Amino acid sequence: MRIGLFVPCYVDAFEPEVGIATLELLERFGLDVEYPFDQTCCGQPMANTGCHAEAAATEALFVRNFSGFDYVVAPSGSCVHQVREHLTAIPQTDEVLAVRSKTFELVEFLHDVLKIEEFPWAAFPHKVAYHGNCNALRGIHHARPSEIVAPFFSKPLDLLAKVKGIEIVDLARPDECCGFGGTFSVFEPAVSAKMGYDKVADQNRAGAEYVVSSDSSCLMHQKGCAGRLGLPLKYLHIAQVLNGAAA
Amino acid sequence: MSAEDVRPTDGEPTIHPEVRPPSDEGERGQDGRRLQHAEAASRPIAAPKVREKQPRGAKIRGDRPIDQAEAAERFLAAPLHQAAHDERLWDLRKKRDTAAHGIPEWEELREIASSIKAHTLSNLDRYLEQFEAAAKANGVHVHWAADGADHNRIVLGILRDHGAKTLVKSKSMLTEECGFRHHMAANGIEIIETDLGERIQQLDNEEPSHIVAPAVHKTRMDVAEVFARTLGTDPENDDAHYLAESQRETTRPYILNADAGMTGCNFAIAETGTVVTCTNEGNADLSGNVPKLQIHSIGIEKLIPRIEHLGVFIRLLSRSALGSPITQYTSHFRGPRAGTEMHMVLVDNGRSARLGMEEFWTSLKCIRCGACMNTCPVYRRSGGLSYGATYSGPIGLIIDPTFNKRKYSTLPFSSTMNGSCTNVCPVKINIHEQIFAWRKVLAEEHQIPLLKQGMMKAAGAVLSRPAAYRAAIGTADSALKVLPRFAVYNPLNTWGKKREMPETPKQSFHAWYKQNRMGKEAGK
Repeated sequence: MRIGLFVPCYVDAFEPEVGIATLELLERFGLDVEYPFDQTCCGQPMANTGCHAEAAATEALFVRNFSGFDYVVAPSGSCVHQVREHLTAIPQTDEVLAVRSKTFELVEFLHDVLKIEEFPWAAFPHKVAYHGNCNALRGIHHARPSEIVAPFFSKPLDLLAKVKGIEIVDLARPDECCGFGGTFSVFEPAVSAKMGYDKVADQNRAGAEYVVSSDSSCLMHQKGCAGRLGLPLKYLHIAQVLNGAAA
Repeated sequence: MSAEDVRPTDGEPTIHPEVRPPSDEGERGQDGRRLQHAEAASRPIAAPKVREKQPRGAKIRGDRPIDQAEAAERFLAAPLHQAAHDERLWDLRKKRDTAAHGIPEWEELREIASSIKAHTLSNLDRYLEQFEAAAKANGVHVHWAADGADHNRIVLGILRDHGAKTLVKSKSMLTEECGFRHHMAANGIEIIETDLGERIQQLDNEEPSHIVAPAVHKTRMDVAEVFARTLGTDPENDDAHYLAESQRETTRPYILNADAGMTGCNFAIAETGTVVTCTNEGNADLSGNVPKLQIHSIGIEKLIPRIEHLGVFIRLLSRSALGSPITQYTSHFRGPRAGTEMHMVLVDNGRSARLGMEEFWTSLKCIRCGACMNTCPVYRRSGGLSYGATYSGPIGLIIDPTFNKRKYSTLPFSSTMNGSCTNVCPVKINIHEQIFAWRKVLAEEHQIPLLKQGMMKAAGAVLSRPAAYRAAIGTADSALKVLPRFAVYNPLNTWGKKREMPETPKQSFHAWYKQNRMGKEAGK
């Protein structure tokens, strides 16, 4: 199985450890993981701002980089949502459609495709608040959102339950958006930051030591908010926890 | 503050302890459990004893784009108002969840409601004619209004024909859309709103901020101030019962003596020509049934085919809006009482045009429950008046630009597109996807700021060229400056004002990979 590793721009520049953990984790399962060297971004910042024409060249580059793999895997629900649902600024050739349908977010790849049963190397004896990124939660269906009347399920919590010693704490508003919202975070900074403050206050109130998510962008925003409020919360990507990161 | 301090006695956690009373206040039923009644918090929200001026809404400057972010920032600068607003509406969202989870077939109901609306809207011409014929057979005068001005002209004509000078009305978003109150005032007709929240807003000369709870952005102290100024109540008394009773006492004489009464419409049944209103105060019944002349204003998208379809919507409406099984009053207006006259005005006001918009026509399914507002994290922190439009919150973002593309061009950007609005919508409008689609339409038509489009063009240029991208973030220091320049370090550094900047790592993933893995690959 040939896997193309997509490391989103935020992860590349600010959270390289998340990219490394994703690569190492996939390699632990004996997969042939390649990192196409000319990759940059999925086009989401432009597309989400309505600027599809401005996103087209970046989308085309993404497809050129990831064509031909059995699966493309990325540690970001939001970027995968963009590729799967919104990479439409370029003509939808067979090649484009193939790349879009083969692109998976790390959690769903582990849970649905590889069906991983255990992470023997992973132990994380800490109180953890899980943050479900909205695109992962409602866009690619990582879990049942609280507002939907259906049996509960959560792919990321299923995976974390296989990590020794971990304790998940309950939030007052488990599915509430943290306010990052891509370019929303800079074009509407007051509301964005207030949503972030409320989110990190909720995590702190719940007694979390760590906040774990499948999206580095939300974590970067929350970390910035917690830092500004002086709250002692630490933020980790789920790839790091599953790969056996120690505290 | 310890975790215990912020947990009210029933153990439910909150993120706003400042508006939660420390004691276990609140009305209780005979079984000792807290009452869960419609339009009331499960738990009372503490009235702040500190006087905080109520923030006002967006500045309206003709057709110039509304600056929602600016108005939201002013709302956030009034923390007690913001906390009470957020907590109050979050409470409604939670009650909605509880009510929905109590109905095993909830998702199926939503699907059925959505299908009934899709069918009706797809055959709207036929159902409108059926409705008109049925209403006429019931002895009702039926009028057709192409737009808001037409509606106002028709109603004024009816009132003048009867020499009517005063009109009591219940809450209607359609009449807000038409600027009805202002038009009537200019023509010497006195309008009295009979819905409590709407009356508060009328007395304060403010638009409604929420389609179900028009004054939800006001605290009890704000209402006490408005009533003291306009109704002569005690300015120091902000007791809810006292305030509500004062409004009731002053409004009743108007209702009893009004020349005409008006209601909006929740559902119009094509088969029977019936207008159905759903209220919790009974004010639609008084407005409709007391005066000898009654007028019902109906948006043409309110049609449903038959009476048997009504049950589906009634089961969804109040549960979605407030978490209560049904509104206190569900009233069917079918024909005039003996010795009275009944008029129905069917209003288009942009609806036919919206019906022709491939990506946006399903917004006409909306039954105005407000669930999307209650769940919206941006709305709860901005206040409805920050949108500067008749319809605020998520549903407003996708309807308002159809009225005025330039003025409301900014609104679809006042969203994180988290998608919870779509999930709570009882008629399954894909609200967040339409927000995304509106952004594309607005960018293509250059209705977004040049700065924003310019930043996106620059970002696209860098992100589509690997060499330029690598050069931009090649060294750790330059990464912050350039990537993603539009997000992290734009000219105003809006990130850093309220959040710590991310730390720059020693090397990017790309550089790490090159250093640690390229050699191995070469050796394979």
